[in-house]
Amino acid sequence: MSGFTQDRIGWRPWLTPLAERELTDEHYEALVDKARAASPYFLLLARDPRILHARTQTDNDIFYNTDGGLPRAERELAATATSRRTGCVFCASVHARFASHYSKRPDDVQRLLDEGVDAPQDGRWRAIIDASQALTATPAEFGAEHVAALRAAGLDDLAISDAIHAAAFFNWANRLMLSLGEPDTEETG
Amino acid sequence: MIIDVIDHLAGVAPNSPLDRLRDRRPDAREHAQRSYDVLFSPDSEDEVTLVERDAVAAFVAGLHGDEPVAAFYAERLAQLAPHLAEPVQAEIAAGRTTGPYGVYQDAALAGESDEGLRYQARHADLLGVRLAAAFEHAHLLVFRPREAHRKALAALADAGWSTTGIVTLSQLVAFLSFQVRLVAGLRVLGASPKGSTA
Repeated sequence: MSGFTQDRIGWRPWLTPLAERELTDEHYEALVDKARAASPYFLLLARDPRILHARTQTDNDIFYNTDGGLPRAERELAATATSRRTGCVFCASVHARFASHYSKRPDDVQRLLDEGVDAPQDGRWRAIIDASQALTATPAEFGAEHVAALRAAGLDDLAISDAIHAAAFFNWANRLMLSLGEPDTEETG
Repeated sequence: MIIDVIDHLAGVAPNSPLDRLRDRRPDAREHAQRSYDVLFSPDSEDEVTLVERDAVAAFVAGLHGDEPVAAFYAERLAQLAPHLAEPVQAEIAAGRTTGPYGVYQDAALAGESDEGLRYQARHADLLGVRLAAAFEHAHLLVFRPREAHRKALAALADAGWSTTGIVTLSQLVAFLSFQVRLVAGLRVLGASPKGSTA
């Protein structure tokens, strides 16, 4: 491994996932997207299909709901900043690529990966990264000053709520990815 | 009866601005609650018992230092397993710190490694082998997830946790890490002077 990257890296579970032939209708429903039956990560989580299903529906609405709020690029930025702060190289690689793709600012995303959450960014990204970082601290350090900075950067309350949701959700996702397996640079994933 | 735990803990009143914001992400709202429901009202206790779920939740919520959330899960545990209430509070006191921290295995990130508390259960005799191992794993996930390693999963297996039980335990700790932050964030947003409308 060589630090945080936007390259495609794989992920290898430390526990035995379900085999595709073991999947029932409940498992497929839990996977939400059938293509995920090819992913060792989702096949491992499918061992408890009810929480996988609820997790995935929560995730999808936070990141994919296009009814106003924070642009997708900046929801991905919050996910990337959270993953960078927690230390999830795999999560950061996936969501840094999304952030770069939707923002068209791969160099700014790369600086976040290379130098960390305190690397220089423009005012709007600074506010989103700071809010994500404050929510990622334990205990949370998120306060009125973060809301004020996000508003000053032009976010309305739905956009601020989206940023809070994205950072909070990645505190969930990072802990699963980090603790159930490891990045695998030999394979793409 | 509590309908939505996040609303309850964040103080989201019906028809308030926060209530209307949450309605704009209806699937996230519904499934954040369903996540709670399936973790705390499971179909089966075969892999993880109700007492184990509530004990780990009380421990994890206590570690996050958010009083309403900690009190909510402490109360659940006190009702279900009163004998564990005090031992769990003692473990919280022993485990409290600030994070995230941890040592990176990746040499490229060694400069960012950050040492901190490596909690071990103080009263494993009162918790039992399975719960003591679960608390040690939960503390790892809460504060230094970057240090997670297959050896940590082996320690759970040695304490009697099945593979599926480890997946459920991991989801429980990870979900609570989300829920407590969403509650904290929404509470601050709701209490902050209103800017532009949603």
